[in-house]
Amino acid sequence: MIARSLRIIALIGALALPASAAEQVVAGLSDNQIAITATFNGSEILVFGAVKRDTPVPPGPPLQVIVTLQGPATPVNVRKKGHELGIWVNTASVRINSAPSFYAIATSDLMPRVLSATDDLRYHVSIPQVIGTVGTASMAPDAPSFVEALIRIRKEEGLYVLDEGAVEVDQSTLFRTRIKLPANLTEGRYKARIFLTRDGHVIAEHDTGVFVRKAGLERWLYQLAKQQAAIYGFLSLVIAVVAGWLASAAFRLFKR
Amino acid sequence: MQIFLPIADVSVNAFLLLGIGSGVGLLSGIFGVGGGFMITPLLLFIGIPPGVAVATGANQVVAASVSGLMVHIRRKTVDFRMGTVLLLSGFVGSTAGIYVFELMKEAGQTELFVQLSYVFFMGAIGSMMFQESLRAILRARRHLAAGTTPPPARDKHTWVHRWPLKMKFRTSGLYISVIPPILIGLGVGFLSAAMGVGGGFIVVPAMIYILGMNTKVVVGTSLFQIIFVTAYSVMAHAITSQSVDMALAVLLIVGGVIGAQIGTIIGFRLKAEQLRILLAIIVLAVSLKIALDMVLTPSELYTVTTVGLR
Repeated sequence: MIARSLRIIALIGALALPASAAEQVVAGLSDNQIAITATFNGSEILVFGAVKRDTPVPPGPPLQVIVTLQGPATPVNVRKKGHELGIWVNTASVRINSAPSFYAIATSDLMPRVLSATDDLRYHVSIPQVIGTVGTASMAPDAPSFVEALIRIRKEEGLYVLDEGAVEVDQSTLFRTRIKLPANLTEGRYKARIFLTRDGHVIAEHDTGVFVRKAGLERWLYQLAKQQAAIYGFLSLVIAVVAGWLASAAFRLFKR
Repeated sequence: MQIFLPIADVSVNAFLLLGIGSGVGLLSGIFGVGGGFMITPLLLFIGIPPGVAVATGANQVVAASVSGLMVHIRRKTVDFRMGTVLLLSGFVGSTAGIYVFELMKEAGQTELFVQLSYVFFMGAIGSMMFQESLRAILRARRHLAAGTTPPPARDKHTWVHRWPLKMKFRTSGLYISVIPPILIGLGVGFLSAAMGVGGGFIVVPAMIYILGMNTKVVVGTSLFQIIFVTAYSVMAHAITSQSVDMALAVLLIVGGVIGAQIGTIIGFRLKAEQLRILLAIIVLAVSLKIALDMVLTPSELYTVTTVGLR
């Protein structure tokens, strides 16, 4: 319900864009599918595009570009340890409804110069804006510190990235950036958004996406584990017993 | 060489996993403990999610135990009858343990419960074993210095001999009541289910000190028992939480079975009291580490766990 009304607000906002037809984004990604194979160790994706316009470049502040890439979102529990009777135990926990498994933002300049606070609220661009914190306030007296902790921990793990100045803009028309994907990727659709801004206001938006999925042996094992759990478990045990027996037999031959 | 693990969803170094597997396999071969209490913390340390670490660690314990058991079977140092008694009562005990574990989960303090029971049991067992084996070593050394031979250990008649329902355990050289082994099986099964470990580090000292079994037979018998207990938990994890990672398991197993072979060879060369004092030191070190983790101020007060999807 809330998501829908937000979407409607965003839609009205998009309709209300001043002279939105004047400048539009045309963009592409270097891949539309990323395969996680057994030797997958992170990847890099190139986001590039151009600004399409019927009129000359308008005067005033320069055109800025923001590129975001967002992985599938899940609920998360954030627990906090407290000191009680001399030992550290989990004392409080906050459940956050929705947090992306991966979120990267690349901008053409420092964030405050590229996007105003009101447009950040409207388009959900910065990292705190993509985390669904509805209803967390009642779970702990200091709920915001739990959200901050989530962002801090995921930034350290390289899952949340803000790269200011990473988008190269050429003659207010062509732009490109590279987004690094870490090795511990979650499967699913990764949504890419490209915003054109001028004076902190969004003037055009473009959405596209890339699919991340397991391939080959990885996919086969994953599906077997999910769909034929008993067979998978039994197979794991067979491997264990056979390997144990083989090693013992091999060592016996070796000793002769 | 980096390998992406299909269930754990992380990329790890394959050689590191081979190393962890062989290290834990070595311990398992020497002492007859499953090594679950070592492998889970190590896997957590390299970034494997907790559920996957526990379930896959159990799978590696099965492999290492089979590998070690084969050698003990050839040397006839496995008391199958004792192992079966412990095993059957163990299953009854672990069913009760799982029930208590669920109750603790509802109360929301499982982590604390598990850590406290680790510190308490491992600390108590470790220090008991350490004292006893140290005394044994010093006694042997005194006799060596004096040029005398230590008197052969007399068969001490304790309460385990007096209770009814006597049974012959030929390999162990025991003719004792069947009730103490059943009680030990019940207790170990209960604790291992509640604490999420195979229970080798409890059952080995129990067989040595309570039942008075020969240390050499204890190792093989413990391995025999551990195989079934951990195989049961692998199946339970695979079916209920789908958290066994086969790619991770294979890498750990390759290292583990080789380590276990070398471990059993080392184990046969060591003297019984040396074996006991080393196990005591390891058990004490792990419990000290857990105790320190609970007392020292953590560098990060918050932890993040993903819900759903899996």
